[in-house]
Amino acid sequence: MKNKILPFLVIIIFGIIFFIFYKGLEDSKIYTPDVNTKKVIPVFNTKEFFSEENVKSSSIFELDKIYLLNIWSSWCVPCRQEHPFLMNLNLDNKLNIIGMNYKDNLKNAENFLKELGNPYKEIFIDLDGTIAIEWGAYGVPESFLIYNNEIIKKYIGPLNQELVDEINLLIK
Amino acid sequence: MKFLRFFVIVILLFPLNSLNAGENDKRNKITKNLRCLICQGQSVYDSDSEFANSLKIVVDKKLQEGLSEDQIYEYFKTKYGEWILYDPGLNKNTYILWLLPILIFLIGGAIIYKSFIIKK
Repeated sequence: MKNKILPFLVIIIFGIIFFIFYKGLEDSKIYTPDVNTKKVIPVFNTKEFFSEENVKSSSIFELDKIYLLNIWSSWCVPCRQEHPFLMNLNLDNKLNIIGMNYKDNLKNAENFLKELGNPYKEIFIDLDGTIAIEWGAYGVPESFLIYNNEIIKKYIGPLNQELVDEINLLIK
Repeated sequence: MKFLRFFVIVILLFPLNSLNAGENDKRNKITKNLRCLICQGQSVYDSDSEFANSLKIVVDKKLQEGLSEDQIYEYFKTKYGEWILYDPGLNKNTYILWLLPILIFLIGGAIIYKSFIIKK
C-alpha cells in the first residue's frame, strides 16, 4: 500500500511544481502596467514654465475638453524622436496638448522648444519629479489622454505614427 | 561576579539601541519594500534612477504629512498597482504563491507521519 502511494504523490507534487514554473517561463518578466484604467487626475500645485507663476492643476484641466498631457525633458533622447508627432497632433484643434517639463534645466528646455517647435498649449514644471509620481508615471516620455478629468489612456514611451493614429481615432 | 553582572546588563541593553528608530530608518524600511519600476529587480532604496529618487522624495513628504507606513503603501498601490510592493497581499493572483508552501508542508508532513506510523 505504502509503496504504491508514495511514488504517485511525488510525481503529482513534481508535476504541479513543474507546471507552475513552466507557466512562469512563458510570462513576461518585464512588468507592463495597466494602461486602460480610468482614473481621476491628481490635484497638484506647480509653476508655469515661461512665467514661473504658481498654477493649480484645476485651472489647467477643464471639463469637456480633451487633453494630452505629455511628460518631456530636454535631456531625454526619445522625447526628441516623438516631438514631430506632437507637432503633428497639435494641428488638430480638438486636442489640447499640455506639457510637463520633467527634472529639467529650464534654459535647456527653452532651447529644445526653440529648436524643435512648441506644440504645447501650456507647460508646467515638475522640478523634483514628484508630480509625475502623483500621476503614476514611470519616466520620460509618457503621455496621458484626458477627458472630463479622467485618464482615458496612458502611453508609456515615445509616441509613434501608430499611436498618433490611435489618438486621432479616439478623439473623434 | 559583579563584573559579570555588569557585563550581562550591558549585553542585554545593547540591542535596545535600535529602538531609537528615527524618521530616516522608517523611510529606508519603506523604500526597501518598494520596487523600482524602471530598474526592475532593484528596490527603490538601492536604486539611484530618476524615478527612484523622486519616489524617495515622495515618501519623505508623505512621512512628514504624518501618513503611516501602510497608508504610504496603499498610496503607491493605487498609483502603480500591487507590483510596486515587494510584499504582495493575498488575492486571486497571488494565492498560489501563498498557499503552495503550506500545501507542500502539509503533504510532506503527511508522508512523514504515515511512514512513521507504519514503521511503528
